Amino acid sequence: MIELEGLSIDLPGFSLESLTLSVEEGEFFMVVGPSGAGKTLLLEAIAGLRPIAAGRIRIRGTDVTTLLPEKRKVALVYQDYALFPHMTVEENIRWGLHFSSDRDTRHVEGLVRLLKLESLLGRSPTTLSGGEQQRVALARALAVKPSLLLLDEPLSALDPRFREELQDYLGLINREGMTIVMVTHDFGEVLSLGHRVAVLHGGTLQQVGDVREVFREPVNRQVAEFVGMKNIFPATVKGGRAFLEGGVSLVLEDCGEECRGFIGIRPEDVILDSSLPDGFANTFSGRVASIVPRGMAFEVVLQADGFQLTGRTLSSTILSRDIRIGQPCRACFSPEVIHVFEKSAIQNLTEVLQP
Amino acid sequence: MTKSFREQWFMLLIGSFLVLYIIWPLAGMFLRADWRIVAASSVEKDVLGALWRSIWTAAAATGIIALFGTPLAYFLARRSFRGKAFLEAVIDVPIMVPHTVAGIAVLMAFSPKAPAGAFLVNLGLSPVNSHLGIVLACLFVSIPFYVDAARDAFYGVSPRLENVSRTLGASFLEVFFRISLPLAKKGLLSGLIMSWARAVSEFGAIVIIAYHPMVAPTLIYDRFATFGLKYSTPVAVQLILVCLGMFVLLRLLAAGKRKEEQAP
Repeated sequence: MIELEGLSIDLPGFSLESLTLSVEEGEFFMVVGPSGAGKTLLLEAIAGLRPIAAGRIRIRGTDVTTLLPEKRKVALVYQDYALFPHMTVEENIRWGLHFSSDRDTRHVEGLVRLLKLESLLGRSPTTLSGGEQQRVALARALAVKPSLLLLDEPLSALDPRFREELQDYLGLINREGMTIVMVTHDFGEVLSLGHRVAVLHGGTLQQVGDVREVFREPVNRQVAEFVGMKNIFPATVKGGRAFLEGGVSLVLEDCGEECRGFIGIRPEDVILDSSLPDGFANTFSGRVASIVPRGMAFEVVLQADGFQLTGRTLSSTILSRDIRIGQPCRACFSPEVIHVFEKSAIQNLTEVLQP
Repeated sequence: MTKSFREQWFMLLIGSFLVLYIIWPLAGMFLRADWRIVAASSVEKDVLGALWRSIWTAAAATGIIALFGTPLAYFLARRSFRGKAFLEAVIDVPIMVPHTVAGIAVLMAFSPKAPAGAFLVNLGLSPVNSHLGIVLACLFVSIPFYVDAARDAFYGVSPRLENVSRTLGASFLEVFFRISLPLAKKGLLSGLIMSWARAVSEFGAIVIIAYHPMVAPTLIYDRFATFGLKYSTPVAVQLILVCLGMFVLLRLLAAGKRKEEQAP
């Protein structure tokens, strides 16, 4: 469907470097990364709104690198909706039809019904709520029957109720065959909507692959941090153990490897309990340094001997297991949840950080 | 009255000095004017001719500025490039240059001996002591008032609106005329009013390049130099009334348009 080949964009103070990836027909493809990673720039480049320094863009096999934006049949929806304030909702939705030979009014009426916009048609976009504006922006983009829909963080400015509603709409639109490339900085959205994901950082592609694969096996620290791994430590892996700075050693699942690199443990894989019995691998004792609410869950930081471990747990667990700031607590995690990445060969034995 | 509210009124009290400084001399002129002479001069052919000339030459200059200045302002609002600050400074030069100097510069550029002047003379258009000369002088001094306002107006239009329009199938020009221009309209109109107001009140540059035919400010100066204050004041009062009338009318028109757009 879309093929990006060595795509580079140079802007003052920022560049997108030699990006190569492809998106399949009908796929819900996610582009994630922190602020300033170049995500929106990538969408604008696909839409033909940014001059390209090098590389090629193909859509359905046609080279569109030099094609004008209005000829690409690629619709873009921005995070801030970008509705035309001097037009009514209906005029906004029908705007693209002025320039199209295919003025399918039944298709537009269907979109209006699907996105529940019937009662809003005569209103000015400036009087609508965030969720309503986003639905209008979506209807406007789909009214021109694009071959590809580009979404720039469409859910980030919405409150949770509207977000869930719009997620359902997006899922529905994708299931009906629309190829979607969506930018987000929320990995939760990636997990609930995406088929595959590309992680951008500082204008370079860090990893691309199946959503679950990237989530479970990030290739480097940037991706690991982005997909929510909190416990990332430099380590030397040898003899089925990972040796951390500060004399800590962890039991690993994979015993055969010898390398240097980083280990990462997802906070939700850490079990916290003030009365955890002995006998488990990778069990640590310490004191609770902080408890921070994170959406529906809490993030608990345990200050253990030599290192700090972050776990994520529900409020009911915090209450039932008597986890309090400053109080002793225990944490454990199983060897199979330890992920090793950025592996490099051990140069000499002194690199092995023995306890 | 809360303390912060009192503090705001105190700020107004300080600032009102400037407002008084504008109103006081103008009100004094109206109060001391001999209204019999004002009435008599209001039907004088020279006075009416000069007033009308001021209005239409200023409008012509403003029209030219709008034609060339709108694309320039759009470009300045949308692109960042090396030398942009210099270009913006060049556009603002007419604000800084004394207007007599501006008049001399325009005269030198369009004198029959200069290439541009010779070209116009060959076309049968005389830039000196002509309506064309008045328009050329007004054009020079009024450019920054429109271009700066228009640039700021285009800055206020999100490029994302234009981007989205392009992806929906509109060409660059369709986007410019149907999205950018309507959304920048308020600022553009304000720039046109300021530019016209500057041109209609121009004296220094015009008097150098075209003493005749006389525009209202030149006539006022001429009457003042020849007959004194008593006979220049009535024309000045009329020019103020006409300008004020036009100014209020244009502002009302702009405000009316805005209300129309805001109505649900």
